[in-house]
Amino acid sequence: MTEGYNFAYLDEQTKRMIRRALLKAVAIPGHQIPFGSREMPLPYGWGTGGIQVTAAVLGASDVLKVIDQGADDTTNAVSIRRFFAKTAGVRTTTHTAEATVIQTRHRIPERQLRDDQIIVYQVPMPEPLAKLEPSRTETRKMHALADYGAMYVKLYEDITRFGHVSISYDYPVMVNNRHLMSPSPIPAFDNPKLHMSAALQLFGAGREKRVYAIPPLTPVNSLDFEDHPFRATRAPHSCGLCGSDTSYLDEVVTDDRGGRLFCCSDTDYCEGRRQSATAE
Amino acid sequence: MAYVAVKGGERAIDNAHAWLAEARRGDPAVADIGTDQIAQQLGRAVDRAMAEGSLYDRDLAALAIKQAQGDLIEAAFLLRAFRTTLPRFAASLPLETGAIRPLRRISAVFKDLPGGQVLGPTTDYTHRLLDFSLTDGTPPPAAPLTAAEPEAMPRVHDILGREGLIEPDAPDGAEPGDLTREPLAFPAGRDLRLQALARGDEGFLLSLGYSSQRGYGNNHPFIGEIRMGEVAVEIEPPELGFAIEIGDLVLTECQMVNQFGGSKTTPAQFTRGYGLAFGQGERRAMAMALVDRSLRAAELGEDATAPGQNAEFVLGHCDNIEATGFVEHLKLPHYVDFQSELETLRRIRAESL
Amino acid sequence: MSLDLPGFADPVADAHATFRAVLDALAHPGRVQLAGTGLRPPAPLMPATAALLLTLVDVETPLWLAPDFWPAREWIVFHTGASPIDDPARAAFAVAATLSDFEGFSAGTDEAPETSATPIVQIAGFGVGQRLRLSGPGVRGSATLHADGLPPDFPALWAANHALYPRGVDLVLVAGEALVALPRSVRVERA
Repeated sequence: MTEGYNFAYLDEQTKRMIRRALLKAVAIPGHQIPFGSREMPLPYGWGTGGIQVTAAVLGASDVLKVIDQGADDTTNAVSIRRFFAKTAGVRTTTHTAEATVIQTRHRIPERQLRDDQIIVYQVPMPEPLAKLEPSRTETRKMHALADYGAMYVKLYEDITRFGHVSISYDYPVMVNNRHLMSPSPIPAFDNPKLHMSAALQLFGAGREKRVYAIPPLTPVNSLDFEDHPFRATRAPHSCGLCGSDTSYLDEVVTDDRGGRLFCCSDTDYCEGRRQSATAE
Repeated sequence: MAYVAVKGGERAIDNAHAWLAEARRGDPAVADIGTDQIAQQLGRAVDRAMAEGSLYDRDLAALAIKQAQGDLIEAAFLLRAFRTTLPRFAASLPLETGAIRPLRRISAVFKDLPGGQVLGPTTDYTHRLLDFSLTDGTPPPAAPLTAAEPEAMPRVHDILGREGLIEPDAPDGAEPGDLTREPLAFPAGRDLRLQALARGDEGFLLSLGYSSQRGYGNNHPFIGEIRMGEVAVEIEPPELGFAIEIGDLVLTECQMVNQFGGSKTTPAQFTRGYGLAFGQGERRAMAMALVDRSLRAAELGEDATAPGQNAEFVLGHCDNIEATGFVEHLKLPHYVDFQSELETLRRIRAESL
Repeated sequence: MSLDLPGFADPVADAHATFRAVLDALAHPGRVQLAGTGLRPPAPLMPATAALLLTLVDVETPLWLAPDFWPAREWIVFHTGASPIDDPARAAFAVAATLSDFEGFSAGTDEAPETSATPIVQIAGFGVGQRLRLSGPGVRGSATLHADGLPPDFPALWAANHALYPRGVDLVLVAGEALVALPRSVRVERA
């Protein structure tokens, strides 16, 4: 562990501040809680909110998994995993099933999460209304009044223009039938996994200085209309490595003549399937 | 082709860091630059890194500048990340800038005044011709020094204030807030606005201040006074009950005199805009004073229509550590979201064809 | 004197364990969690109450103590740095041994419902006493909580708090080393 710094980098007073905010976040599912976000030794935008939440939650017996784009070996995931291995000395894993705390950017693992797991999302823009109303003073009022009409109008305009809602990621959700929430920039494909998840889901936005949460077993609905129900979409292919036809796929360009390889974005899921296929 | 994308991230990171260290050092045949040289000879860079890094330490700032290869936003970021972990022992008493030991003091509103006009080590009247004598390390001729009689240097604003011509600037006695501990909420008090501006990006402050001069915000400023020099920092430990001096800071302070305010009940008065910067930061202090005055529009009953008058806009975007983080994070992988956009776009196109 | 009684043996690890216990309790209303095992706080503080205070309260946190808890005041101030306040309406955390209603505590505002209080109330025990049915976020279907020492009209009291949602207090019930949390989002009925 790194000398001169506290367990998991943050000092205990900062952890207390974040912990108090997280408890309130769990009590008001989907509501953004302002917190005294600290400057971290990683840049804003690299997951400073997620890192602060993880640091406040992580204990010596936890097993940490960090993914970015669904993969454990993307550079930023590697960097954050190393940060905690160094500052907290915790055990790390790439296996979703082994992890007690999972920090993620842009994906939810394919494997269903359990009651004894916590997933921490890195959030760039916690305010789901920001693209409609840039003033946070105004959006706060809109949340207070549950005044979400503008968002429905935006979705409806999409449908008239494109025949579909054109939002493909960071698709807004209604949490516990009360708070409009950004699920972070996960693909809309992952939205159904937010609903009634057994795991506690925590969200940290460092630069915007907000945390929020979805407690386990909480209704989370992607905004839609009766005649235009929400649809989770993925590339219409099977994984070229493990053959999965249900997982979310990356599209890898293999040549300049239109060659493509589609393969699972969740690398642990894909490797697991390939291993069990070999074993059979 | 195998799926390699970003496999081996760990080794790639280590190798990148090693390469960076080598690039930072440059040609080993050229002498390594000392942080003492940076602290001494790149003083304005050190001042800016300290101001935006919110930490007054010339040696650490010099180190940060060396480590950042002269990238001052990166240097300020290094200082911020160091600062955030420091324990807080005490809060200083308000700095008595009226008792500054001046290296420079000018006023644009009076030809002469008690304490006089002191140009100091300024570039104001240099001709901007590249000075090739600096390339061979020729020592400069000694600057002539005249031992000036120490003379009291009252603040221009106090001189105007005696006649009631400028609004008073009485402290309200409340403890100032600290945006590094509690997130900003709006409306933000002037204490927090000034704190945000004092560590804000110099370029952003400069452009906003400039926009207010060009009509976006209706500022009509005069430089009441700029003073730059050393000020003592004092704390009052509760167990002592009296103030003790713990060090000195070099500061630049700018007091602007702005257009009249007033109403049926208060007689017309000049209004204030205030800027303060670590070190010799005149451009920063002036820009800050313009923006401070712009942000007071609502409180002074003016229409707030320009960007520089919108506190949520200005304070939400003046921090260059936040700004550079969010702009630069776009280079992190986003292929999962891009894939979802691709699929949506392909579907919409397929259906419309 | 109560100052002789120590706080956490391992401040970082014990605070972490207590936080995870209360986080899990809030995320699963009705689930009994343990905290403060081995702590011997001054009366009338129960170990779990003491652990919660050591974990969550400091100089930045307005804390209100019901008069019965004043004997433990010095210990709390020494170990947490908090200075208890007189006005319960300003409290972020409050400690009490009886519960008549929540009206004295802040329920937060429409724009900042998170500024509401978290009362910590010590009761006689779990597994006996009043049977309550809980439902809402964190509960699959419904869960039953047996709690001894709550006022008989607790379901009505809680209904009034829940009706304020998203405003409202969040309650932590403590019995010895056991704790149960009721976030404002949960519905409570007589079982």
